Amino acid sequence: MTWTENDTGIMLVGILCAMACALPGCFLLLRRMSMMGDAISHAVLPGLAIAFLISHSRASWAMFVGAAIAGILTALFTQWITKFGKVDRGAAMGIVFTTLFAIGLILIKQTADHVDLDASCVLYGAIEHTPLDSVTLWENATSVLRVPRAALVVGGALLFNALIIGLFYKEFTLASFDPALARTQGFHPMLMHYLLMMMVAITTVAAFEAVGSIIVIAMLIVPPATAFLLTRNLPLLIGLSLGLAALGAILGHLSSQLIPTLTGLPETTSSGMMATLSGFLFLLVWIFGPQGLLRRSSIELEEPPEL
Amino acid sequence: MSVASVIAFLSFLGGFSYNTTVVVLGTALLGATAGLVGSFLLLRKQSLLGDALSHATLPGIAIAFAVMSALGFSGRSLPGLLIGASVTGLMGVLLVIAIRRTTRLKDDAAMGIVLSVFFGLGIALLRMAQEIPGVSAAGLSSFIYGKPASMILSDLILISGTLVVTIIVCLLILKELTLLCFDDAFASAQGWPTTLIDILLMGLVTAVTVVGLQSVGLILIIAFLITPPTAARFWTNKLKVMLWLSSVIGAISGCFGAWLSSLYPDLPAGAIIVVAAGFIFLISMIFGPTRGVLPRYLRQRQLKRKVGRQHLLRSVFEIMEVGQKKHPLRNLPISLDRLREHRAWSKGELPRLIRQARREDHLERQPSGELRLSESGFGEASRTTRNHRLWELYLITHADIAPSHVDRDADMVEHILGAEMVHQLEAELDLQDHTLESPHSLES
Repeated sequence: MTWTENDTGIMLVGILCAMACALPGCFLLLRRMSMMGDAISHAVLPGLAIAFLISHSRASWAMFVGAAIAGILTALFTQWITKFGKVDRGAAMGIVFTTLFAIGLILIKQTADHVDLDASCVLYGAIEHTPLDSVTLWENATSVLRVPRAALVVGGALLFNALIIGLFYKEFTLASFDPALARTQGFHPMLMHYLLMMMVAITTVAAFEAVGSIIVIAMLIVPPATAFLLTRNLPLLIGLSLGLAALGAILGHLSSQLIPTLTGLPETTSSGMMATLSGFLFLLVWIFGPQGLLRRSSIELEEPPEL
Repeated sequence: MSVASVIAFLSFLGGFSYNTTVVVLGTALLGATAGLVGSFLLLRKQSLLGDALSHATLPGIAIAFAVMSALGFSGRSLPGLLIGASVTGLMGVLLVIAIRRTTRLKDDAAMGIVLSVFFGLGIALLRMAQEIPGVSAAGLSSFIYGKPASMILSDLILISGTLVVTIIVCLLILKELTLLCFDDAFASAQGWPTTLIDILLMGLVTAVTVVGLQSVGLILIIAFLITPPTAARFWTNKLKVMLWLSSVIGAISGCFGAWLSSLYPDLPAGAIIVVAAGFIFLISMIFGPTRGVLPRYLRQRQLKRKVGRQHLLRSVFEIMEVGQKKHPLRNLPISLDRLREHRAWSKGELPRLIRQARREDHLERQPSGELRLSESGFGEASRTTRNHRLWELYLITHADIAPSHVDRDADMVEHILGAEMVHQLEAELDLQDHTLESPHSLES
């Protein structure tokens, strides 16, 4: 295996993308709304398609606006169906996101003649192609610093998320743990809810080109869930999630390169392996972690039998 | 008569081509079964588990393809792929349950982890499978989005066989499933093997999901499991009716989607099916007579009007009673101010109620500006007042509520008293007298 500039680019995109997702993911997890990440990442599709139809360009602010609107609409529709239709929230979410995703697919197919949004890229992105489209950051006589444009986009999303969470850290925390208290303190937990949904939608779109709409769920949910098994402290949870996200992305890309070389198997996709490897990290913590399966069974054995 | 000739006959009837008939029939059958099995998933509040399951089938498909190719068979043989899909799909569901039981993580996180990681693994494996030299893996990706048009007769037979078995099993354990959905604690206390029934249900869901992968695709099959039962739920409170309706809705959306996509091959069929089901859901949510938004709103408005009418008539009646102090009452006009003082009306309520009562011909406005009950209004008012007092008396004698507090308590229930209930109260209180005096003072 040889390391090329492309590998650096892919890894950079992967790391930034995973970290950008892990931030809102922590709060989704705490609010027990992880599946909302699943729903929103599917439901932004019609927003993207419509924004494209209106603006006729792919890398534009219109896409982010379209996605943010679609994300908030998903949350709103789910809420309405749950409240007015008295439907179980999971079912309401399932109906909303599948219908929106289906509408998005139809729109994309209809515009396929002049859109380079590919239906299979929608699901798992094209992280291998991101280094092809790169931007020169800094250049002098001896060296050039070029980064993939996608890295700038997901890096921007990471900064945006960090900024929002930094600004509203107290509000998010309170709204996650005690919405009733948050309301009495005048913090508008519903406003925080929709802000979080908007963050998830924007992050999903930023990550779309690189990892698509399903691998992004792994980045949203798996690192925070892994960190959740390691700590009960919120700042630590966020820090650990970021670390685990980066680690998963690095290991994912490495294994996508190493496994084929070592075993003689055909080559594979980095984005798929990034999801797989962060799942593998979760598995390790689940089994060997401080409250893991192994530890737990030994603790249970040590306890005196109850009478 | 062979299956093929039946299909040929049906395609002649419908004016479709033979292939279209196969596809439409297969998709309709799939929709019906998904509607049936999905109903239990919905009532068990586990709808999204189907999503985790369907995504978890992808690695199984890739592995089955690779193994079959390595052994020298055709890698695209449907039964083999479906077995692979079932194995990893069930594994995914078991993992969700294991994560939920052994960690602090909740349902949502467990499902999210399983669906995204399995899907990632599946994509990675699928990519490897596509690179195996000398084998064509084209068509494998149709499992992701679904492609009903690729269905052939042998697939239809496999699908319908699986579905018939699924339906039979479902009907055989109908009682157990119902018990599990409505009261699982009671079921396990009664000694039913609830875990086993749960696993059976998951087995049924797996069967439907796996069989549906080819036509609807693993992303959207979940809509087939959730949307029809949720739509059916708006139309009825009876389980059996709901199961039938849900199956019919599933079949209709399947039929419609498959038929439309045969006309326009460019349109993604799975997506059309889902949008069709979503449309039926929307209609059901608005108009469904049992739990629909519009009928519920109308019922609530009707009840509110009834309550308002009874409040107004009773107030008029009580004012006349206070003024005349003896029975039988004479229907004399009363002033608007007196009425306004009698009860704590909310803002704008009294004029609205008076308008309503005049429309319903219960109240007449005298030339002097005073209000007077009409013939029918007088009867209605005395009946309403009598019902109120019956209930008050009942509460005082049988529920030990103080006479000074009984007015409000009676007010909570009297509006829904039926004629039968009134007779029962009369018998209970041993009353035949037609006039009833208020058990508490009417003057404030």
